Amino acid sequence: MKIEDYIVENIAELTQLKFSPGELSSIGNKMSEILELVEDMQTVDTTGVEPMSNPLDATQILRPDIATSENRRDVYQRSAPETRDGLYLVPKVID
Amino acid sequence: MMHNESITEQLHALKIGKYSSKELTENYLYRIKKLKDLNCYISVLEESALRAATDADQARAKGKAGLLSGIPIAHKDIFCTKNVSTTAGSKMLHNYIAPFDATVVAKIAAAGAVTIGKTNMDEFAMGSSNETSYFGPVKNPWDTSRVPGGSSGGSAAAVAAGLCSAATGTDTGGSIRQPAAHCGITGLKPTYGRISRWGMIAFASSLDQAGPMTRTAEDAALMLALMAGNDPKDSTCIGDDVPTYLEYLNSSLDGSCIGICEDFFTDGLEAKSEQVIQEAIKIFEHLGAKIKSIKLPHIRYSVPAYYVIAPAEASTNLSRYDGVRFGHRCKDPENLNDLFKRSRSEGFGNEVKRRIMVGAFTLSAGYYDAYYRQAQQIRRLIKNDFQQAFKEVDFLIGPTAPQTAFQLGEKTDSQIEMYLQDIYTIAGNLAGLPAMSIPVGFSSKLPVGLQLIGNYLQEGTILSAAHQYQKRTDWHKCVPVLAINKVQP
Repeated sequence: MKIEDYIVENIAELTQLKFSPGELSSIGNKMSEILELVEDMQTVDTTGVEPMSNPLDATQILRPDIATSENRRDVYQRSAPETRDGLYLVPKVID
Repeated sequence: MMHNESITEQLHALKIGKYSSKELTENYLYRIKKLKDLNCYISVLEESALRAATDADQARAKGKAGLLSGIPIAHKDIFCTKNVSTTAGSKMLHNYIAPFDATVVAKIAAAGAVTIGKTNMDEFAMGSSNETSYFGPVKNPWDTSRVPGGSSGGSAAAVAAGLCSAATGTDTGGSIRQPAAHCGITGLKPTYGRISRWGMIAFASSLDQAGPMTRTAEDAALMLALMAGNDPKDSTCIGDDVPTYLEYLNSSLDGSCIGICEDFFTDGLEAKSEQVIQEAIKIFEHLGAKIKSIKLPHIRYSVPAYYVIAPAEASTNLSRYDGVRFGHRCKDPENLNDLFKRSRSEGFGNEVKRRIMVGAFTLSAGYYDAYYRQAQQIRRLIKNDFQQAFKEVDFLIGPTAPQTAFQLGEKTDSQIEMYLQDIYTIAGNLAGLPAMSIPVGFSSKLPVGLQLIGNYLQEGTILSAAHQYQKRTDWHKCVPVLAINKVQP
């Protein structure tokens, strides 16, 4: 399946990635190659087969709703590119 | 030479005082410096390793040695290590200092091991040759013009070259087993959920699994026993008790039945590798096992299903890298969107971007059923095939990889050829089964790996079979020339 440029552009937008026009067509070709590889899979009759999302068919396991983690904001924010007064800084969103 | 000894041998030497952990650690640190061109390590923790070695020697002197006291272990740079750079082989995390230890790292340290460094890997574990690493490719110690395999290539090459006693790796589609095969070492991917994923940087969460990369099956059993077990921080972690794997090791293969998957011996398998594998199968027969040919009808759809599921999960997992809370941030962003887009585009390499894009595509409206749902259904059919097989056989054996280590750069332009390097390993991840690779011989002076696949939680069965094979043969004792040359302090 050949992926058209407008689809590639849309996916780039959804995934928050930026490509130059040249890169866009190259990545479109690579994506098409991968989809060709997976095409073979479409010939399998999977009617009535339950999709498998976990190898052990485990469902969501919830822990008791008790706070166990201490507040370690200062430690975690050491890895942040820009913070001020315990807040993460981003460019202005509202004028 | 101490650097080529197994953990078991090293523990004995430490116990009888043949050498100290400090001497062992110094020896590895010296070798790492001398062989730095192999590019196995992203970070070498010289200072803290020497401190930990001295502590281990003191603990041993006081009779308080842990199960791995004083043994220098390297961690794949995908495991968070407290106050140490943790990059996942990506520019995105080139400046990331982890504020906590992954459960695996904490458990191994608690057993007294010395963390010697963090090993190189394909970016976010996406690759089969270690060539997608932001920090440059790792070279195969058997032939430095060749790849070590991937994504845990740094770990595999470090063990093979005698640059650590053992290493940790992760395996999403073959990333422990394939580099283990290419570097002539033993690598085990346990059952999905057997080892906690907490603190292990996520690629595809329903496939990712950590495991040991060692010189022998016995060492793998020792490491697995320490790494495995329930973790309240990872809800997908299996709660079952961890067996004493070392006790399994001497179970005889007499009367056991081994399945050979016919579909693994097709045109894609290099002729000389096949010959080596067939010879290994004969050894298992001599050890008393019955060999049975097995058909896994859906196995041929493993690669297609994987290249839908893994990118889909990756696109979700990697959405967290936004340039705000940690990781790379672009310079002078114009607005919030520009910050996200440029930080991600500058931080991720091409292979990672491709997989994010493919994943987002297959999950998008209109394509979900045809791709993602279909792949998840095929995944169940593959699991069912294995379950059927395990009614007849105790475990399966076959090749780990279709060929031996290839030349650096040989497959970088052909992504599909690269993807097909994992053709025999991917099914184990899709089904979530335990599988390992052991060295069983050479093809044109390059190691060939044999894969053993067991039923759920039957790590003991394949470890024992591997150990029986290693007691009978010497392939696991073969080391590359640069691991025996004069690189000594």
